[in-house]
Order: sequence, then C-alpha cells, then structure tokens
Amino acid sequence: MATFTLPKNSTVGEGRTYSAPAGAKNVKAFKIYRWDPDGGANPRTDTYEIDLDACGPMVLDALIKIKNEVDTTLTFRRSCREGICGSCAMNIDGLNTLACLKPIEDVTGDCRITPLPHMPVVKDLVPDLSQVYAQLRSVEPWLKADTPPPPDSERLQSKEERAKLDGLWECILCFCCSTACPSYWWNGDRYLGPAVLLQAYRWIADSRDEHTGDRLDALEDPFKLYRCHTIMNCTRTCPKGLNPAQAIGEIKKLMVERQG
Amino acid sequence: MSKITDTREAVMVGRRSDGSLVRRPLSPHLQAYDMMQMTSALSITHRITGVVWSIGLIFLVWWLAATASGEAAYNGAMWFFSSFLGVLGLLGLTAVAWYHTLNGIRHLYWDSGRGFDLPTTYLTGRVVLLGTAALTALTWFIMFLTWI
Repeated sequence: MATFTLPKNSTVGEGRTYSAPAGAKNVKAFKIYRWDPDGGANPRTDTYEIDLDACGPMVLDALIKIKNEVDTTLTFRRSCREGICGSCAMNIDGLNTLACLKPIEDVTGDCRITPLPHMPVVKDLVPDLSQVYAQLRSVEPWLKADTPPPPDSERLQSKEERAKLDGLWECILCFCCSTACPSYWWNGDRYLGPAVLLQAYRWIADSRDEHTGDRLDALEDPFKLYRCHTIMNCTRTCPKGLNPAQAIGEIKKLMVERQG
Repeated sequence: MSKITDTREAVMVGRRSDGSLVRRPLSPHLQAYDMMQMTSALSITHRITGVVWSIGLIFLVWWLAATASGEAAYNGAMWFFSSFLGVLGLLGLTAVAWYHTLNGIRHLYWDSGRGFDLPTTYLTGRVVLLGTAALTALTWFIMFLTWI
C-alpha cells in the first residue's frame, strides 16, 4: 500500500547539536538520522559539526571520525571502505549511495544522512534487510543445471556468452537501487525490486544455466516483475554504475519473446 | 487479533537490549529522497498527466453531448470553453496530452530494450519536455490560424 507519510512512531524530530572544536576553520555540519530502540522516543536528527581539515575525504571517513571522537553511540554498518562490500549503503544528500565512495566535497551545504529509505530501522543508520534477502533467496541465485559438468573440465562459456554477464556480476547487493525505487517502497511486499531482478537476470542470461524457462515462469507475475514502471531511479543511484532498469527490461523482453 | 495485510509488518518488530519487543520506525522515503531528479520527476509527471488527460476527456464528452442536445446546451458549453478558465484548461490539456503521448513513445522505446543508459535517459527526457512545449505551442498556433 502506498502511504506517502511516515507512521506516527517514525516522524523525525530535532536532536542534539555537537559543535565544532574551537579554532576549526573548515567546518561542515552532518545532520544524521538517529533512533535508539532502548529509548522510547521517536527518531531524531543530530547535528555534528566536523572540522574537514582533520577528516578524511569521504562521507564514511566523517562517520568514523564522529564515532571515534564525538559520539560513540552512532551506529552504522561499514567494512571494506572501498565500495566492494556494500555495507555502508545509506541515503546521503537525498540519493542512495555508499558512504565510502561519496566524497564530502560533492555535497553542497549541510550533509544530510538517513538510512536506506522505506526500511525498518534496527538502529540509527542500520536498516533491516531480511525482506530483500528473502526476496533474493526466492529467485534462487545460483547455477541450476541438470546436465552434469564434463568430468575433466569446468562448464565452458564462449567469450560472447561470458560478456553477457558483464554489468550483472558486479552487483554487490548494497540495495541502494531497490530502496531508491518508489514502486518498491509502495509494493515491496510483493514486487522483487531492481537489485533482486538484476540478480534474477544474471542467471537467466548465464549460458551455463539450464532453468531459464523455470526462472521466467517464477517471475511471470503482476507484482514480482511488472511493478517496474521504468522510473529509472535504480540506474540513477547505483554506486557501481550498473543498470538494473535495463536488466528488468531484458527480462520483460524475454517474457514477450517466448510467447512466440 | 488484527489481520496482517503487508508481509513487511513482520520485520517492523524488533527487540530492545533487555529482550522486550519494540516497534521499529520506518526510515524516511519521500521525506528524505531527492524526488526532483529527472528520472522519478518525469515518471510521476507521466502518471499525473495520464490522470489529468482522463479527467479532461470528461469535458470532451460534455462538449459532444452538448452539440447533440441543441443550441442552448451547445451555447452553454461554448461559453465555458471560451471563458478564461476554459481556454486555460484547454491549453493545459493540450500540454498534458502531448507530454503523455511523447513520454509514452519514450516508454515504448524502453520496452524495445533500448535507451536505458543514463545519458540517453536524460536526453530522451529533455526531448520530451522540449517537445511538449514546442508541440503545444504549434497546436495552438495552428488553431489560431484556423480561427482567424
């Protein structure tokens, strides 16, 4: 169901302000979404003034600096700090991206940070991803083949067949795209969303997979696939420069082509 | 017992540190996301223009019915359509119809599997916007020529 406003327990209030240290010349304010399950209060926005002269270049550097030096209670996911793990996906300055790949200087004015949109919040910037993971599981994202592989070698692909997987295998499952999609916001209980559909197409497009028909059958559904209205927010926001909208378009084309 | 209508309800329940249950907040969506980017802004405009065009067709039906029901009804309808509000509405409806048609063609282009890359998406989006302005102006220019 499309509900355009936030539930009563989710509206965001004003929080504390942590002022910049005295003498700081290059100050930027980071306005960060906070919610603590142990308190009974609604979410709030805390403001942290950071001296950029004493901070690394990326938004993740600022978050780590805040956690280390200003407020240890700030909670967020991060791991690789180089855009390959997908942990630090969040909404920065109105667009979903990875904090580790987003330069602070690209944000004009205050830097507003909220969790991935329209998700249940575990704490602060950490959303609950159970739903998207369950949806990913539902498309069976692994090789399915009934023919056994040759006893003395791997399943071979031509260079052309392998090239079809470029732009698909690079997905790191950060779910920036799915949570940027208004259609996924309103119908995420049944619509699979761009990230999962890109993964579905990754196996449909794989020449070694022998269950293409079954995979298409599973997606032939008014909601799972066809809630994509080509809004293109997914492609716009993907921090890896991939194109989920195109992958979904290819699935839709295959659906039509197999009708003969 | 209340009925769960959305399976996502299950993940809205979390636990506090002491193990007691707590209802999790929903993270901001429209409140936080930049909805003025070309992609989603043109998409919602497509839907809105579709709705407005449908409503506009009711006025077309009114005009058709009026032409069939005699002079008084026809004069009444024409009084409305030639009033300031009526002309403004028709002008808006022309723009809405052109936008929805042009963006519909853009959607057909996507459906053929083409034009998904971002530069092309932005380019076709700008073409739709400029095309709407140009074709609306052209439509009214031709109408004025035929009236005069």
